[in-house]
Parts: sequence; C-alpha cells; structure tokens
Amino acid sequence: MGSTNSTLSKIPNVEELVQETGFTPAHIVRLYDRFEALDKEKTGHLRPQDFGAINRLAINPIGDRIIGAFFSPGQETVDFHSFVRILAHFRPADKKRPKDPSMPEPVNSRTSKLKFAFQLYDQDKDGKISRAELLQVLRSMLEMQVTEEQLESIADRTIQEADLDTDDAISFEEFRKVPPGGALRLTYQHGALTQIRFIIVKNYVRFDNGKQAMKGNRYLKFTLPC
Amino acid sequence: GKLDCVLSYSDDFKHRSIVYSFPDAENSNLPVFTMNYARIQVPFEVTLWVLLASFAKIGFHVYHKITFWVPESCLLISIGLMVGAIMHSVHEEPPAVLSYNVFFLFMLPPIVLESGYFIPTRPFFENVGTVLWFAVVGTLWNSIGIGMSLYAVCQIEAFEVQDINLQENMLFAAIISAVDPVAVLSVFEDVSVNEQLYIVVFGECLFNDAVTVVLYNMFNFVAEMPEVEPVDVFLGVARFFVVGLGGMGFGVIFGFVASFTTRFTSNVREIEPLFIFMYSYLAYLVAELFSISSIMAIVTCALTMKYYVEENVSQRSCTTIRHVVKMLGTISETLIFFFLGVVTITTEHEWNWGYIMFTLLLALVWRGLGVLVLTQIINPFRTIPFNFKDQFILGYGGLRGAISFALVFTLPDSIGRKKLFVTTTICMIMFTVFIQGISIRPLIEFINVRRTNRNLETINVEIHSRLIEHTIAGVEDLCGQWSHYYWKDKFLKFNNRILRKILIRDNRAESSIVALYKKLELQNAMEILDTVSGDINAGSSIVSLQYVYPLSHSSACFLSLSLSLSRSLSLACSLSLACSLSLSFSLSLLLAFSLSLSLSLSLSLSVSFCGLVTLSVSLSLCPPGCLSYTSFHIVHPSSLTHYPFNLNRSDGYLRNPEGFGLGSIYQG
Repeated sequence: MGSTNSTLSKIPNVEELVQETGFTPAHIVRLYDRFEALDKEKTGHLRPQDFGAINRLAINPIGDRIIGAFFSPGQETVDFHSFVRILAHFRPADKKRPKDPSMPEPVNSRTSKLKFAFQLYDQDKDGKISRAELLQVLRSMLEMQVTEEQLESIADRTIQEADLDTDDAISFEEFRKVPPGGALRLTYQHGALTQIRFIIVKNYVRFDNGKQAMKGNRYLKFTLPC
Repeated sequence: GKLDCVLSYSDDFKHRSIVYSFPDAENSNLPVFTMNYARIQVPFEVTLWVLLASFAKIGFHVYHKITFWVPESCLLISIGLMVGAIMHSVHEEPPAVLSYNVFFLFMLPPIVLESGYFIPTRPFFENVGTVLWFAVVGTLWNSIGIGMSLYAVCQIEAFEVQDINLQENMLFAAIISAVDPVAVLSVFEDVSVNEQLYIVVFGECLFNDAVTVVLYNMFNFVAEMPEVEPVDVFLGVARFFVVGLGGMGFGVIFGFVASFTTRFTSNVREIEPLFIFMYSYLAYLVAELFSISSIMAIVTCALTMKYYVEENVSQRSCTTIRHVVKMLGTISETLIFFFLGVVTITTEHEWNWGYIMFTLLLALVWRGLGVLVLTQIINPFRTIPFNFKDQFILGYGGLRGAISFALVFTLPDSIGRKKLFVTTTICMIMFTVFIQGISIRPLIEFINVRRTNRNLETINVEIHSRLIEHTIAGVEDLCGQWSHYYWKDKFLKFNNRILRKILIRDNRAESSIVALYKKLELQNAMEILDTVSGDINAGSSIVSLQYVYPLSHSSACFLSLSLSLSRSLSLACSLSLACSLSLSFSLSLLLAFSLSLSLSLSLSLSVSFCGLVTLSVSLSLCPPGCLSYTSFHIVHPSSLTHYPFNLNRSDGYLRNPEGFGLGSIYQG
C-alpha cells in the first residue's frame, strides 16, 4: 500500500477526481501508472503520437477516432485529469443513483455513454451523423470487403432505418431510439464474442406484439450478392 | 380352389398376422390379393405413431388460444394419456419408445442437435461462465441437497419408506435433480424473456448432462456396494472432468472434421447435409461408447461445426440442414411427450403420499435456494446481474422431463423400491411440466420480468455493435487492461489466420455488417414478391376461412355410423349439424383425428350445405388384427391452412430465435 499512497500523493487533486469520476483511488493509481508509461518524455501531457505507440490501437479500424475522442477541440495535448475523465465514461452505470434533475448528468450514465458513442461518428460535431460521416465510419470498418456502391447502399439503408424526421441524417435523439442489444445475431455470425458491454447496459425493449415496421419496404433495392 | 387362411402369432404373442395362401394343388390359381402384415409391421406402426402424434400437433393449432396459454408439451402429454388409457383398457402394450436404448440412441439426439445448432452463439459465449456455474454447481447442489433431505424424510416411520438407504436416495436425487432440455426449451421458446436469462436456462439444461451422468454412474455403482470409500469420491471428481471435458473435446474434434469435409463437397452438393447429421450423430455415439457426456459432445459439435459449415455449403444445403434439424427435433420432442403420457398409464405404479409430496416440495425448495445462493455468488462477476425477478424465473423454470424418466427405468432391479421411484419421477415430471409450465407465462407477465424483442434485427444495430466492440477493444488497449475482449481478439486472429484457411474453402472474410445487409435486402425482396404478385392462394384461403369461421365454433358431430367393410377397412359416415346460419358453400378437406386401438389413418371429405349441415364421409385404414374399432372424429371445417413463404413469421419457427435461412429460389 505504500507505493499506492506515494503515487497518490504525486497526483494533484485526487479527491476531486475521485468525486467527479467515481473511480476508486486504486483505479486512479493504475490509470496514472498507465499514463506515465505512455508519456515517454515525462511531460505530464500526452500527444496523439504517444497514443499511436500502442500497437493494437493503431490497427484498430476506428483507432484514430478513439484517440480523437480524448482531445477536446482545439487542444493538442491531454493531461491526466482529462484522460481519467474520458475513461470514466466506461464505468458501469450506478443503478441506485437518484434521478435528480438539478444535478448534472454523471459521466457514466447511459446518456453520457450514448453521447460518447455518438461523437465517435460525428467527427465535425454538428450534432448529426450525416451520410458522409456514416460512409467514413463504414469505410474504415469494412475496408476492403465491399465496393463503394455497396457501402453507399448500406449507408442509405442505415439512415433510412433510423431517420425519423427524414432529414437524411441521424440526430442524437434518433440515435438513442435505435434499440441496440435486442437482436440476436444471425446466420453469418463470425463468432464475434462480445456484447455491448459498457455503453448500453440495460436496454431491453418492452415486448409488444407489433414488430417495428421496416421502412425499407418503401422501395426495393435489388442488390443481390455478386 | 380353396383359400387357406393361416393365422400366425409373433414370438411374443402380441401380434397376429393373417396370411392367405393357396395350397399347391392342380387347381391353384394365381392369388389376386395377398396381405402380409408381419413383414411391414414395425415400420408401419412407427409411421402411424409418428403421424398420430403429428396430427395432434396440427389439431392444437386449430384454436390459437390453447397453444398460447398451454405449452404444447402439456397438450401432447394429455393426448398421450388418453391414448394410453385406451390401450390399457384393452391390454395392448405400447411400443417401447421410452426404453433406455431407443430413447437415448434415437429420440434424444435430434432434440439436442437442434438445441445446439440454434444456440445464439454470442450471448452464449458471453455467459459461458454463468452457464457452467449453474449447470455444474447447481446440479450438484440440487442432487446432494435433495438426496440428503429425502434420506432424512425416509427416517420418519409414518411414511413406511425406511428401507430406502442413503445411496438409493442419492441415486434417485441425481436422477430427478437435472433440469431437462426437452421440457425447458419447449416452454421457454414461446415466452420471450430477456436474452441473458434465456441463455442461462438454455445452457444450463444442456450442460448439466455431464454432472448427471457422473452422479448417476457413481451412485449406481455405489448403491450396489456396501460401503463408500473416500477414494471413490476423488475418483468421482476425476470422472467428472473426464466426462465433461471429454464430451466437449469429442464434440470439437468432430466439428472440425465435419468442417474440413465440407470444404471438399462442392461437387456433391446434394449430400452435403448428410455430413452434418452423420458427424454429429457420430459424435454422440462415440461419446456414448465411452460413457462420457454425449449431450455435451453433440452440442459442442454443432456449435463448432455451424460456423464453418455454413460458409462452405451451398445456400440450398444450408436451408435444408436448418429445416431438417428443426424437423427432426420437433418430431422427437412430440413423440417423447406423447409417449410420456402413454407410458404413464401403462406402467406399474407404487404410490406413497409422503415420499412423493416431500420429493416435490424438496425439489422446489432446493432449486430455489440453489438459485438464490449461486446467483449471489456469481452476480458480482456479471456485467448484467440478475435481479430477483430473473432469479425467480430461473428457479421456477427448472422443469424436469423425459431424461429423468428414461434414467429411472434403467435403475437396476436390485433396488427394492424401483416402482416407487418411477411413480415419483412421473409425478415430478407431470407437476413441473403442467403446473410450472402452464403458469410460467402468466407469472412472467405478472412480475414483469425484463423481456426482449428478439425478432428485431436492423443494420443500425449491427453497425453500432461493431463500432462499440472496436471502441471497447481500443480503450482496453489504451488502459492496458485485458479482459475477455483480449481473448476474443486473439481467438479471432487465430481463427482468421489458421482455422479459416484450413476449414473453409473460399476464404473471403466477410463482415457481419455486409452479411446482414445482404440478408435483409433479400428478405425485403422476397416479401415484396410474396404479397404483391405471388400467392394467388393467399386470397382465396382468406375468403374461404372467412365463411367457414362461423361454422367452426359451433359445429358438432351428431351422428356417426361406422361400417366395417372388412377387418381392415371401414367406412364411417357422419352427419353434423351446424348451429349457426351462414350461407356458404365450402369444400374443405378435413384431416380427421381418430383415436383407435391399433392406430388407423383416416381421411375424410366433407361437404357443407348452406352452412347448416355438414356431411362427412371418412375412410379409414387400420391394420388387421385390431380387436375392435372405436373412433371418434373431431370435425373441424376450417382446416384449409396456408403458410405463405414468409421469412418473418415467427410462429412456425418458434424454437429458433435466429430466424430462418435464406430461401434457395434466388440462388443460381
């Protein structure tokens, strides 16, 4: 415990961090160690290149978006406090939190998590996921597998499903309504072994008899597999 | 010349056959009509029993309300009870379907294969720890708890069961404590509880087989020995690992071999489905050979195989495999429940109020306690913990079924109170299937368990899920923390680099987003075709149903005359009066349901005049040798059923939450 205490004393404003993010001191110490390991030049700040040193993050299809999420617009560096604050998004939500509208939304609530996910798509931060942004995300995730046309079809379909006010973009409210986590995976499951673990914790749609009408029936696209 | 009629009996004096033969005389003519029943007897009776049980299933769906509130298993058992009563009253023996060999070698594998094939893989692997925890520790807890308490109950003099010693009690407890996949799945698939709960119940009932096998063998062995040594307990534990891991190992090996085989089947597309069935059955049989857990073997085989095989085989084969797996599973399940009802009546029972009541009570109590305690221990490790409502359903959903029944029959006869055990097991099964099975749906609604809308699949969901997976993996790398995402990632890389190259013919990696997109587009295309141009029948059947409907609620069979034309053929004519007035002409083909002693197949044609009177003529065929012919017809006019080819229907394929494979008509 000695080393923990000594590390704790090195971090400024620990109590404030604990209060704000809800991490335990032990967590914060661990994160601090990690921060220091990444910060090779010991400047106390991280730059995007430091993140790039993590190999597996570099080959992650959306690795650059994740890194980008740490840097607020205009900032070039990230200090430890911001680092921890962003990571606090990923803590499990506190179920017993009283719903007090006057207090600000805690960082790890469901809404905050959804906002974080939304920001991964919405790079220009205009509050909407436009078709172009969606195309970019799809391109980075699907890389070589599909042609540009198929990408566009998929993007079209995605917007069509989620877009309720027909402005050809997905706003945050529309994004929230998409019920992730309800569908079971189907035929061509490639043994992906994860769940939507941190971000959407409790999302069970109350079962009713009508299934959600698919807007796709309005027009038909014969894009059969080539 | 004279016709010689020879009456011959089969070896067990149960079946007669009549052979008409001509003597070899000068005046012998060519026989125009001969009959040889003995030759076709076994396949014929098998077919008729299967058909009868299947007609029962058709009959249930006539009134939708019945199947909504009462699970099919209960209905089937009830019909079986009726048939059993009829058979018993004329001292006919039912076929030995639930005997050990027939059950475990022929009836059980299709069901378990179906369960294993359609397991939702992603939730399963996420919850595998919980599943195994409940399956192994839960079953152990139940067995030991029930065994010990029953032994304590036996000490009470009033129940007159003091002669059952500890080993026998433990053996019996091992048999009835295992949750049965057949019963549970038939109830839970209709009720859409949340995914986590479903997968834990599902997985538990499949994977507790290892424990059951070990405990059963162990106590069986021990029951015949006068004393137990500590070393036996250690051997028991060792055997558990052999059984469990061995079962899984065999399954995985056979799964890989199957996948590898399908890599080379591009020129023999017609027999591709065969490999799936043969390999999985082989896995089952080899596991049975070594007395390790065959259920786990076949389940893991199906799990492993499915992913690679579905990429290798053609679209048609894929559809065929899915369809046949479902069909076999449904047939097996139907037959098992049906015969459970039949055999209930025809076996010898020994009733003992105290023992039976206490068994029921203790089973409930121990299961409830077990679920509570185990959940408390495992909840901290779960991302989505179980709340009390989930736990209640988890405990309440522990139905027992046919596996216990088959096992109890194989108890050695050296156990004095075998009949009591049989009766208690039957009571247990009936109680859980009927009472718990019927009440679980209203209970779920009442206590408002989290449900899930399983049929919803959209591109949005898929894309978001992928994105979030990548995000989480990235953040984990950032933090330097490894969790199961790390292992998943490692496995996927291993998979892509090595396994897919070996096992898949055309190694084109395809993201699930693209796959889902193609699937959804194809679905849309076929839906449009179905409703707009395609089905002419759809129109007319709705029309005819419209008219016939008033009839269906109020027609009754008034008069039924049956004439025996010969011993094997009879013509029955029945007249029924409809109470409602509706002007329509409808010609409908009825499938009349007839219960008779040695099974008969009957077809009837009915014509209704002005909606008032329905005349139906039915022809039925039954094998010669039936003692007397009794039948009653359930006449239901509106049986013109039409199932449009619609991929989004969930009622026909309730068991499979994943939806159906793509139709083959659009494939070149």
